[in-house]
Amino acid sequence: MSPWLPILMAVPVVGAVVVALLPKGSDKLAKQVTLLVSLLVLVLTGVMAAGFRPGGDRFQFRAEYDWIPSFGVKFAVGVDGVALVLIALSVVLVPIVVLASWHDADGVKTADGTLITPKRSVKTYFSLLLVLEAMMIGVFAATDIFLFYVFFEAMLIPMYFMIGSYGGAQRSYAAVKFLLYSLFGGLLMLVAVIGLYFVAKVDTRTFMFPELIGAIQDPTTQKWLFAGFFIAFAIKAPLWPVHTWLPDAAAQAPAGAAVLLVGVLDKVGTFGMLRFCLELFPDAAKAFTMPIVVLAVISILYGAIVAIGQTDMKRLIAYTSISHFGFIVLGVFAMSEIAQSGAALYMVNHGFATGALFLAAGFLIARRGSPFIGDYGGVQKVAPVLAGFFLVAGLAGLSLPGLSSFVSEFMVMIGTYQSPAHGSGALTVAAVISALAVILAAVYILWMVQRAMNGPTAEPVKAFKDLNAREVLVLAPLVALIIGFGFFPKPLLDVITPSVKETVTNVKVPVSTIAEKGTGQ
Amino acid sequence: MNPAIPAPTIEYGTLAPLLVVFGAAVIGVLVEAFAPRYLRKAIHVPLTLLSLAGAFALVLLQVLRGQVPTAPAAMGAVAVDGPSLFIWGVILVLSFVCVLLINDEGHFVASAAAVPGSADEEEAESVSGGVGHTEVYPLVLFAVGGMLLFPASHDLLMMFVALEVMSLPLYLLCGLARRRRLLSQEASMKYFLLGAFSSAFFLYGTAMVYGYAGTVTLPGINRALSSGTGLDPLLMIGFALLGVGLLFKIGAAPFHAWKPDVYQGAPTPITALMASGTLVAAVGAVLRVFWVGLGNLDWNWRPVIWVVAALTMIVGSILAITQTEIKRMLAYSSIAHAGFLLVGVMATFGSAQQNAGSLKAILFYLAVYGITTVGAFAVVTLVRDPGGEAGHLSRWAGLGKRAPVLAGVFAFFLLAFAGIPLTSGFFGKYAVFAAALDSGTQVGDSMGGWMTGLVVVGVVASAIAAFFYVRVIVLMFFSEPAADGPAIAVPSMGTVAVIAVSLLVTVGVGLYPESVLGVADDAARSLFIR
Repeated sequence: MSPWLPILMAVPVVGAVVVALLPKGSDKLAKQVTLLVSLLVLVLTGVMAAGFRPGGDRFQFRAEYDWIPSFGVKFAVGVDGVALVLIALSVVLVPIVVLASWHDADGVKTADGTLITPKRSVKTYFSLLLVLEAMMIGVFAATDIFLFYVFFEAMLIPMYFMIGSYGGAQRSYAAVKFLLYSLFGGLLMLVAVIGLYFVAKVDTRTFMFPELIGAIQDPTTQKWLFAGFFIAFAIKAPLWPVHTWLPDAAAQAPAGAAVLLVGVLDKVGTFGMLRFCLELFPDAAKAFTMPIVVLAVISILYGAIVAIGQTDMKRLIAYTSISHFGFIVLGVFAMSEIAQSGAALYMVNHGFATGALFLAAGFLIARRGSPFIGDYGGVQKVAPVLAGFFLVAGLAGLSLPGLSSFVSEFMVMIGTYQSPAHGSGALTVAAVISALAVILAAVYILWMVQRAMNGPTAEPVKAFKDLNAREVLVLAPLVALIIGFGFFPKPLLDVITPSVKETVTNVKVPVSTIAEKGTGQ
Repeated sequence: MNPAIPAPTIEYGTLAPLLVVFGAAVIGVLVEAFAPRYLRKAIHVPLTLLSLAGAFALVLLQVLRGQVPTAPAAMGAVAVDGPSLFIWGVILVLSFVCVLLINDEGHFVASAAAVPGSADEEEAESVSGGVGHTEVYPLVLFAVGGMLLFPASHDLLMMFVALEVMSLPLYLLCGLARRRRLLSQEASMKYFLLGAFSSAFFLYGTAMVYGYAGTVTLPGINRALSSGTGLDPLLMIGFALLGVGLLFKIGAAPFHAWKPDVYQGAPTPITALMASGTLVAAVGAVLRVFWVGLGNLDWNWRPVIWVVAALTMIVGSILAITQTEIKRMLAYSSIAHAGFLLVGVMATFGSAQQNAGSLKAILFYLAVYGITTVGAFAVVTLVRDPGGEAGHLSRWAGLGKRAPVLAGVFAFFLLAFAGIPLTSGFFGKYAVFAAALDSGTQVGDSMGGWMTGLVVVGVVASAIAAFFYVRVIVLMFFSEPAADGPAIAVPSMGTVAVIAVSLLVTVGVGLYPESVLGVADDAARSLFIR
């Protein structure tokens, strides 16, 4: 029993209660308390992570308490490598988002003083943010599948209010669409979770993930349960054709919430695929590999092509994310260690890269009050620091070598190319096709940068102030991480690889095909 | 020599909760007759609350002393078993909090007999000084007594009597609203006519079943089923008619049409009582008739209930979307929840012992759903226009700005109805779905995969239902308040207490469901007396 993870979850919850109970008019104090709490969580996570032994037990820092004995549900938490890096991603992003959202609830004004979004309750926003942080930690840490489900669904609510109350003009439409899509997927998963509980061949019925590995033998049952889980995760990730909620939600959410939505919440989908879909239902996963790979490749290309045509900056970034999630799903289902490690690494890197891009775009939009690329131009001349950060974030989005996303995208592609599964070479073809997206990525990013940052300075842009100290403080750590992990991804990979190895072992990718392929080349 | 008529044995101790409630109701009638008008309310309120609390204490006493009877009481007429005691406890708690709502002034008309809008009405209003009919209290007590007896009846005749004792006061109470009186009287009339029909169905069914089995006691019917062919037309017709009568009371489709009209027209505290207490009692009676009386016929009634449950969930959730009136919307939501409960009723197993699992789920669902419902209706009573409660949904726009706490609480209740995790509603829904799947995966369950199908229907209905709950949240929080929005009435102590208790239970059970589940489990384990 290790108290670490429960403490990590309790601290933000306590913080949220404190922030919510602050007296009226203490908006500034609310922001400061939130920042302090999120930094405290970051430090605590750092201390905990330092004690993680890669190659040790698969789940470390485990804690188990009886929660609902009548249902056989435990409050059981523990992290493997992948979960640990995703928790780290979350707790790094939260203080950055707090700092970035400093004035989001104060009401956004354009340069000429028109109010775009009215003033909203600051305390509510920041206490929702802290509640969300606790749930993000919980969802990655849960080793009891029921508990995972509870967080999976419950975390929709704070995000729903953050989009609906604090977002742009179409916010309530976007918030409802987001909630209903996710809820529907989640309910299908609920059926699968209950089914898993009753049909699993274990001595005593349980929701504990480690005990349920390999407990479903019947292939038909596996397929149905797999479908229940996969649809929920595909909606969450989101995968084409159930992606349509993301551009709306991301475009309408305040920039900070969008970062957490795309950077962390959506990762729960791909994380769930990697952990639950593959390990609980290996036969079904193998049977469905090709259709899913096809969907992933469509997502990669579709997201990239549609992104090129976007005029709204935040929608553009959302579509690039759909393309990137395609890569992650491709990596997960390529069934090779390199591809899956790459996918797990991609989840983290995408969080940093897209986070930086969303925030930089958010700062830009806050200055002009318009999300449309066409309203900008020549920002470089008046706000060179902002333009510089925007460019680096953009380049990370197109996976430039030397920046962190390059490593993961390369690993996914090489791993898929060489994958031992499906000896027919279909995965090789998928890898080749998806490589086209690298070119498309250059188009959508560079074209956006060119239109917004270069060229003649548009009239309203001339009044732009460059980034202030707070804004630099927001973007600098992200850019540092992007560059740092671009040159030296080893610390992350060291943690990720052993737990991916476990996944690969549990899925039992046939070894014979590896040998065949080896001799064939 | 004339044979001596043996005196019936009555287990007074076991039946004490019933006797207390009925006794207090009779005293209440006497108070109406003899006490001066200005004193009546002052006598009724403590009398009603104390009798309900006392009955609850007596229920608790029986449970704590571990003397849950295993044989029916009152010459085989009333079965006071574990599930009955649990249902009694729930009904008594719910009616207690509903009475706190009823105490609030302004819900009830001063003179129901005065024509709406007439001079008589004005006169009655001015004479009463704002205090409505105090007959409300004894009427509520009679209704509650009926609710207690209904699910505990051990034979069909007793059940019919209980049904009438429960329903007749409710027909009256529905027509007593102080505002929008025509609507209220219409609701009362509709409820009475349709309710009388359904009672007739029930009685006719009883007669048919008697014709087949030669007895009206539930275990007797079940024994007759085990020896007979089970395909007798008398039996088939009888059980269909019984089903109509019972399903009408829980508001299952296609017998749901009365619910929206009645819920909308009735005074809101009475709506709260019907939506919680009556539903709990009726589901208890459904369980007793179908599980105990028709237990040996489950391969016959389960497919029928399958269709009814699926229809009820779908109809309730889809029609709720089109509603623009808050109480009508909650009525359709209540229909959908009746459907979810029927999913639990479907979850029968080969043996009675295994049934305990699904019984626990249903009991838990009833308890948590009931209390959340009362809380939600209590909030509805507080949002007021000059002409009464602000019923139209558009009036609720921007309530989150005007009254953030009230809107937040209501949003939480809605999320509980929608079954979002970390609310009590989620665990209720989970419990019945799990019971249904558990039953479906048992070897030899004739419904097998159909149970999974029903759960999938339930899940889809939940997703649809989420849409209209969320729509209200969108209205309250994401829309700008109207310029002449409704006023938020200053809640009385009673209403505050009701909302606080409901919220506490909804949150508390949402975080730690074992608290109620454990009790439901104990109750379910002692099983129905058969």
